[in-house]
Amino acid sequence: MDFALVVGIEILNAVASLMLISIGLAIIFGMMRIINLAHGEFLMLGGYAAITATKAGVNIWIAMLVVAPLVVGVIGVVVERCVVRFLYGRMVDTMLATWGLSLLLVGLVTTIFGNTTAGISSPLGPVLIGTYTVSLYTLFIVFVAAMVGLGLWLLLKKTRFGLIARGTMQNANMAAGLGLSPPRVYMVTFGIGAALAGLAGGVLAPITGVVPTIGVAYVAKAFITVIGGGASILTGTISASALFGTVNQLATFATTPVIGEVALLLAAIVLIRLLPQGITDRFFRRSL
Amino acid sequence: MPSSRFDRLGLAAFGVLGLLAMFALPVVLETFTLLELTVYVIMSILALSLAFIWGFGGILCFGQAAFFGIGAYTYAIASLNFGESTGAVLLAVAVPALFALALGSFMFYARISDVYLGVITLTVSLILFNLVNSTAGDQYRIGSAPLGGFNGIPSIPTLNVPFMPGSPLDPTQIFQVCVAALMLVYFGLRALLASHFGHVVVGIRENERRAELLGYDTRRFKLGAFVVGGAIAGLAGCLFANWGAFVSPTVFGLAQSAQIIIWIIVGGLGTLIGPIVGCFLIQWLTAWLGALNVINSNLVLGAVLVVFVLMVPKGLVPTLADLATRRARRAAAAPQRGVAGPTQAGSGRVGGLDGIAEEVVK
Amino acid sequence: MKLERRSALKTLGGAAAIGAAASLAARAAHAAGDIPVASIHDLSGGLDIYGKPMEDAMKLATEEINAAGGLLGRKVKLISYDSQSNMQQYTQFAQQAALKDKVAVVHGGITSASREVIRPVLKRFNTLYFYNTQYEGGVCDRNTFCTGQTPAQNVEILMPHVMKKWGKRVYVVAADYNYGQITSDWVKKYTKDNGGEVVAVDFFPLDVTQFGPAIQKIQAAKPDLVLSALVGGAHISFYRQWAAAGMKAKIPMCSTTFSGGNEHIVLAPEEADGLVTAFSYFQSVDNPVNKQFVPRWHKRFGADYPYITELAVATYQGMHLWALGVKKAGSTDRMKVIQALESGIDFNGPSGKVTIDPATHHCTLDVHIAEVKAKKMVVLEAYKQRKPIDTAAVCNLIKSPNENKQFVIKI
Repeated sequence: MDFALVVGIEILNAVASLMLISIGLAIIFGMMRIINLAHGEFLMLGGYAAITATKAGVNIWIAMLVVAPLVVGVIGVVVERCVVRFLYGRMVDTMLATWGLSLLLVGLVTTIFGNTTAGISSPLGPVLIGTYTVSLYTLFIVFVAAMVGLGLWLLLKKTRFGLIARGTMQNANMAAGLGLSPPRVYMVTFGIGAALAGLAGGVLAPITGVVPTIGVAYVAKAFITVIGGGASILTGTISASALFGTVNQLATFATTPVIGEVALLLAAIVLIRLLPQGITDRFFRRSL
Repeated sequence: MPSSRFDRLGLAAFGVLGLLAMFALPVVLETFTLLELTVYVIMSILALSLAFIWGFGGILCFGQAAFFGIGAYTYAIASLNFGESTGAVLLAVAVPALFALALGSFMFYARISDVYLGVITLTVSLILFNLVNSTAGDQYRIGSAPLGGFNGIPSIPTLNVPFMPGSPLDPTQIFQVCVAALMLVYFGLRALLASHFGHVVVGIRENERRAELLGYDTRRFKLGAFVVGGAIAGLAGCLFANWGAFVSPTVFGLAQSAQIIIWIIVGGLGTLIGPIVGCFLIQWLTAWLGALNVINSNLVLGAVLVVFVLMVPKGLVPTLADLATRRARRAAAAPQRGVAGPTQAGSGRVGGLDGIAEEVVK
Repeated sequence: MKLERRSALKTLGGAAAIGAAASLAARAAHAAGDIPVASIHDLSGGLDIYGKPMEDAMKLATEEINAAGGLLGRKVKLISYDSQSNMQQYTQFAQQAALKDKVAVVHGGITSASREVIRPVLKRFNTLYFYNTQYEGGVCDRNTFCTGQTPAQNVEILMPHVMKKWGKRVYVVAADYNYGQITSDWVKKYTKDNGGEVVAVDFFPLDVTQFGPAIQKIQAAKPDLVLSALVGGAHISFYRQWAAAGMKAKIPMCSTTFSGGNEHIVLAPEEADGLVTAFSYFQSVDNPVNKQFVPRWHKRFGADYPYITELAVATYQGMHLWALGVKKAGSTDRMKVIQALESGIDFNGPSGKVTIDPATHHCTLDVHIAEVKAKKMVVLEAYKQRKPIDTAAVCNLIKSPNENKQFVIKI
């Protein structure tokens, strides 16, 4: 019984982690159809921002939840203004540009920070469940993911900016015709997507640490989750993360971590075979 | 096709250059440079495989490295088992083609397209990477060839004169074989593109619905193109295994697939010469940075790519051809008014050298 | 915009061409009479954490050799390649070092995969090769010398130590590739030899960062201790998540790989303290050579250098061993140096006395057991002169000098 509860918590943790690392990419891809190959590096930068701020004396919670997204959000806006802005509608070129950007960021961070950076340890301790102990931090991650989902829903549904963003996403020309400025919307959206990636990186920093090359481990999974989710940003990402996270953890518990990884990838293939346009093409259609 | 004079000149030039490379270079260059050029040529063949299915077929395959790796591993395992390379080479082209047939049928007959197809091909190559990576124990062997896991398969018997296992080819001869292979693949693809099959494939890329309405079974044509791409990538993999006498799971990795895409974008999507040029350029740049060792290589390569994409949006070859034809046209058009020939609106993805000549910049 | 772009392209093109020519010229311009030596390590990409200290060690050793008058009256010139954690680059640079630079020796390779890539290339083109990284053992090749420790050297002494301290039931978590798999076999062997049992072995692909299920499985199995053979940046997450789940206080841990990637500096004391590991070299090893070596290293590379790793010291010792071989042979000719190295050469290095074993071309080393304390490694025990018995069981180059493979040692 305890073990079942523990397994459940680990599954929630996996789902929440997947969702956090993918939501930033989902927003950028969903809004602007850009495949941002530097997404993993935004995560990495968030981790570095959190760690640097904590070491400079900032409270760890503020460093992770405020400083990291803020810093990476600003970097995102700068990237958008300097590079991405010229490439909208050119998916192929944005791939090349963001790939180059990811190399550049890795090289830059390695040059500035070196490749050995002391990390920060988890600020929360363990909690007892029967004879098992689980890190309270995993529950915190689930909480953060839920808050991000809620916040995003509120933003898109209840605020004026959300309305503008959804309108621009549906039909940019019409939005422009109504007097809005799609380029400005894109800039802010890219910044928000980057900020969410930074948040994920900051929140995950105490349990995964930061090396300049850690982005590579994330980008493939995030990409697969976003595409598997389909057109809707929020429900797509959540449902895809739920499916893949569950499959991954169950397989890992039952067999080996290698099989767990392969199971996640196979699940993605089966999903896209059955639902060629992602989950939200069939279920939860026209949701956010 | 219009402008065929330009086109035929280009083809002839390529053929001459190729023959020159095959026979004159080994005399002039030292062994090391030949070895370096050999791997560039092999990677160009790999680039051509994706250039064909993406630039002309519109199929963005994020996992072309899967076929490359299967070809390499198939050659390694087969040559270790057979003791002779001819059968191994044939298998190394056939097995990836069959795999492409299976995967392609799975994808195209389910009407999966664009990004979703990219994701599936990506996940397939990642699955292969994870699986082959964990085959390190001695129990993982096919015949007399241990798979070796992360360490890979070392000391692969290299090509020998067909049916004479006692006479292996030396580096110069392997270089010549690779250049011959590149020329064969290039001219083969040009012929394919000029055939009925090629025209339909390009037509499908331009507008799949229209092709269907005209009565073509687009799934079959896309599958055919995909299999051809897989076979060529397998050939490149086989030659790669020969070049290094070594193969390891990194051939299946995301980095390898991304490299191919980068070469094509840098060289020019929608051309065949472009990816070859892009491949040579990026490969040379990477090696040069690694040897120079002053600044972090990633930093420089990344900056180069970003600047490149902003300044040379269509890729090298289309842009250069653009400059050339615009200069020629300005010289020729001085007394005339208007421009002859149809305009090609679009993203610049038109076929071959003759398509470049027809390019009208937006 | 178009005009600027065109002219910019031309200038860039010109600059690139000049740069290329310059680099080719510079490469060829080492003075005639210098002895060229190549270093091929990963200085960027995922493995640079291992590669950079190794390259620094090459620099220091080269400078020391030259300061002492060079070799045979000639200066040693170091040519450094950055293989960028990429197998193809390893092959290319090995070819370049052998054929173009025509070096006297190559020191390089980090993972076993990279070694198996360049070993045949260097053998084919008759260039001497030193592999200085700890690995799973079994390489049998007259052209290659391995100065890193092998499992029989550190696992053999680690297991009795930790089992005596903590108990007989061992749970192994290892990286899912050759090194991890073979090391776990050796752990099973030595655990059994000491009357214990390995409760379970879990393998993790190199890019896994979520260890939740693994940690729960370990809790369910209730072992006396955990042994980690995890490798690389992503696997550091295991130690973090282990501590965050409160497991550090409940089950002790030891490792055969910890500290090779500066894990003790990256992790906080509450995550790493108490972990026991066995290596040939720790920065805190107490012998007269190391007492001089560490300040010299810090003077050359900065007092804030993160940590002098075992891989770096093995590389340093490898360079000096090669230099001794050249001096004994009186020439840089490959076969003469190999014969000199086989005649019984030893070097007093920072890790202790290092002796080349002629039959295996591996090294007899001192091995130390240390514990992590407040981001430092505190040496607990020292074992002098451990022979490479695992490779010796399968490889005898005196009897079969033409052997050229890596044996998978059956346990």
